[in-house]
Amino acid sequence: MENKTISVTVNGGSKASEVEPRRLLVHWIREALGLTGTHVGCDTSSCGACTVLLDGTPVKSCTMFAVQADGREVTTVEGLQQGGKLHPVQEGFKEEHGLQCGFCTPGMMLLGAALLEENPDPSEEDVRWAISGNLCRCTGYQNIVKSVQWAARKAASEQSGVNA
Amino acid sequence: MAVEEKEMPWVGRSVKRKEDDRFVRGGGNYLDDIRLANMLHMAILRSPFAHARIESIDTSAAEAVEGVVAVVTGELLAEHKLAWMPTLSGDTQAVLATDKVRFQGQEVACVVATDPYVAHDALELIDVEYEPLPVVVDPKKAVEDGAPIIRDDKEDQKDNRIYHWEAGDKESTDRAFSEADVVVELDTHYPRSHPAPLECCGCIADVNPATSKTMIYMTSQAPHAIRTVFALVTGLPEQNIQIISPDIGGGFGNKVPVYPGYVVATAASLLIGQPVKWIEDRTGNLASTGFARDFHMHGELALKQDGTMLGLRVGMLSDQGYAYADAQPSKFKAGLFHVVTGSYDMPAAHVVTDGAYTNKAPGGVAYRCSFRITEASFLIERLVQNAAYELGMEPVELRRRNFVRPEQFPYTSVTGFVYDSGEYAKALDVALEKSGYEQLRAEQERLRAEGRLLGIGVASFTEAVGAGPSRDYDILGIKMFDSAELRIHPTGKAILKLGVKSQGQGHETTFAQIVAGELGIPPEDVTVQEGDTDNTPYGLGTYASRSTPTGGAATAVVARKLRDKAKQIAAHTLEVSADDLEWEGDRFYVKGAPEQAATIQDIAFAAYTNHPQGMEAGLEGVTYYDPPNLTYPFGTYVVAVEVDAQTGEWKVRKVVAVDDCGVRINPMIVEGQIMGGLTEGFAMSAMQQITFDEDGNCMGSNFIDYLLPTAWETPTFELHATVTPSPHHPIGAKGVGESATVGSPAAFANAVVDALAHLGVRNIDMPLTSGKVWEAMQQARSS
Ligand code: FES
Ligand code: FES
Repeated sequence: MENKTISVTVNGGSKASEVEPRRLLVHWIREALGLTGTHVGCDTSSCGACTVLLDGTPVKSCTMFAVQADGREVTTVEGLQQGGKLHPVQEGFKEEHGLQCGFCTPGMMLLGAALLEENPDPSEEDVRWAISGNLCRCTGYQNIVKSVQWAARKAASEQSGVNA
Repeated sequence: MAVEEKEMPWVGRSVKRKEDDRFVRGGGNYLDDIRLANMLHMAILRSPFAHARIESIDTSAAEAVEGVVAVVTGELLAEHKLAWMPTLSGDTQAVLATDKVRFQGQEVACVVATDPYVAHDALELIDVEYEPLPVVVDPKKAVEDGAPIIRDDKEDQKDNRIYHWEAGDKESTDRAFSEADVVVELDTHYPRSHPAPLECCGCIADVNPATSKTMIYMTSQAPHAIRTVFALVTGLPEQNIQIISPDIGGGFGNKVPVYPGYVVATAASLLIGQPVKWIEDRTGNLASTGFARDFHMHGELALKQDGTMLGLRVGMLSDQGYAYADAQPSKFKAGLFHVVTGSYDMPAAHVVTDGAYTNKAPGGVAYRCSFRITEASFLIERLVQNAAYELGMEPVELRRRNFVRPEQFPYTSVTGFVYDSGEYAKALDVALEKSGYEQLRAEQERLRAEGRLLGIGVASFTEAVGAGPSRDYDILGIKMFDSAELRIHPTGKAILKLGVKSQGQGHETTFAQIVAGELGIPPEDVTVQEGDTDNTPYGLGTYASRSTPTGGAATAVVARKLRDKAKQIAAHTLEVSADDLEWEGDRFYVKGAPEQAATIQDIAFAAYTNHPQGMEAGLEGVTYYDPPNLTYPFGTYVVAVEVDAQTGEWKVRKVVAVDDCGVRINPMIVEGQIMGGLTEGFAMSAMQQITFDEDGNCMGSNFIDYLLPTAWETPTFELHATVTPSPHHPIGAKGVGESATVGSPAAFANAVVDALAHLGVRNIDMPLTSGKVWEAMQQARSS
């Protein structure tokens, strides 16, 4: 099949390139864009190491072809920080020891960030459910839950700080 | 908190991890993130059969694909004497199959291409003709007379037996059993499992034809040992081989061995003259690389009526797959399985172990485990609970009665281990109190009356970690010491280089804290470097909870060496005698005149600008630490579960873990390790296993068939600590990365069995799936 030209907004910037139609989104992100924070951990769409946000919604980028992202907006872990300032979930993972080897971490943080957009004050159960599509082999999840909740508190205090 | 964090000593403080900054930004540098100029990509063709003769391999169609640079077969490797390689247990393993394939998923051929997609396309065009052979999947059948011989490539191999190994003493054990009032028996299988780190294995081999330098980037937990093995296998001069382990996405023992992919990629790079990258896919990872466990165990425990343990007898058959490839000390054929007497003062024990070849992947790695200690701990803790039922005793009281007592340390076990320190009853007491054990027992009674099934499981484990003393511990002859090199720069900042290699354990922080504790240089000023064999001292790597006992000890010792030298320099700059100096925190001061002081930073500067005449300049040193003994972390875990009386499903109500790993360098990191380990323990007991059908098809070669717990199933853990320092470790620390994986499976299994104990259920093999639990209930009710 012939290559297609796609144009995707990635982390706020427009990226256009030619791509083989069968190329997976995760490979395009890693290889063509050099954004290697998005990882690959399985062949069956089971692990979520490849999670990115597509128009704000978490997707497993190994489950999509790059051409399917044409005209849409993708956020990867590299796009979480804004103007050099870490996103609250990034801080939360550092504060609450939410990572060990770090391989699942980008995916987990993106799930956390997306959850907080919808639910600014998630319970333990809310967080566990939200991240249950992704695997972590190191932490046992407990500190990931705490990290996301830490981020929720941080975001809330920043919010009230702005309002005050 | 009583003490301000800032005022706490560096050792014992939950310093936030230094490595996290890059990881949370997506800036980790894992193997697959590395790209070299002109790099080619390799993919592996695997056998669909568990046992078959290879009649022919036709690679011509694959070679014709545009972008394919080479197709490598076993035949080609054989021309270079590389078709077979040694395993870490001194057996042999095929790099690429030549004569036969001996397990499903075995490496048969490799394609090297300009693009990974092209490499995979071409794999499908390789035409291999197989003639299927009878398959042996059951190790018990494998060792029967007349079983098809799997390793007929080995001249002296006339059956499927690999080793027979005994520990302890048969005679005294037989005597103990003859004097027993009660003997309990247990037959159980610790199922085959796979560590499944989230990142698969891989490498980039870059053999430079101009300089003859061989650089291999590799997901390796033990890069130095791998370099030596590579030198021996390939005949390349060792000084020209550089192994670099970048950030590793989890290891858990899976990334200790040498795998065929590493060897073929290196050979391909050598032949082609370009870098070759191989990234394993998940199926390859689960189907072919180091599995763990797979022990068929028979245990017998002899006791007096009052509960005193008299002796332990164990017979064990290990399913090794088609090659004996355990990553473990060569002296001990079944690893440290003979620590099987656990936390108990056992007067007699006899352990008989046998290894068998089957048509399965090789491995036997120490999966978050100190060389088969997981199986041992599981067996004794399950036996003890069953013994309590038999005697009508409370299981924790039976444990308490038989614990090695504090005054018995150092305690020499009947199988030859010298336990360094322990306060087993103390950890048990904390666990009972924190879990509300008595109330749980009362509630169990109450619920039983209503037909509800609450189970309470306990495990009081002892581990033996930190291999190891060179008199007993080596891998392929290389002694299991470890090393640290510390260089303090003129401005008082430092770099610490280690022979161990983190895969998420937080070495960059923990080991910097040890330096800080010894020299007062804050952790943020200490860079920790690991994993580059050209730029770190030789060591055996990170697995089996050995980094803190060996590398951590080496770090403290080298820092103390530098402190001794610093004292001489301080005496010189302060113009006093060294005898008049006292060390405090980060400085030497003159006794009685604390304002006359030289900080470590002052001293470091002087070491390069104003060192005493006759002394070597600089402030650097290296230590190779040969531990005098292993360290023996221990603890008690209490698990409460409720089993659904209709369906056999069970839910964890409570997990209370009390761990004693001696001095905790960074309690936050220690707790992280324990929670990870508890999750593995839960996973083993509830779901994780790799099985095979009768044709040898692997039933767990992807994350759909091989179940791993998600955040949804994983219980919440409550952690507590007691602290009994190791008397021989320089800072009193013990290893901890694996305690919970070792100790907790028995606690979970004991809890489920305990829920059904009043029905007469005494055993359900792991994983205790709802189906198996239901069956056990049905059988008990109908009998
Ligand atoms: S790589 Fe595992 S789900 Fe995408
Ligand atoms: S931190 Fe290693 S997989 Fe999650």
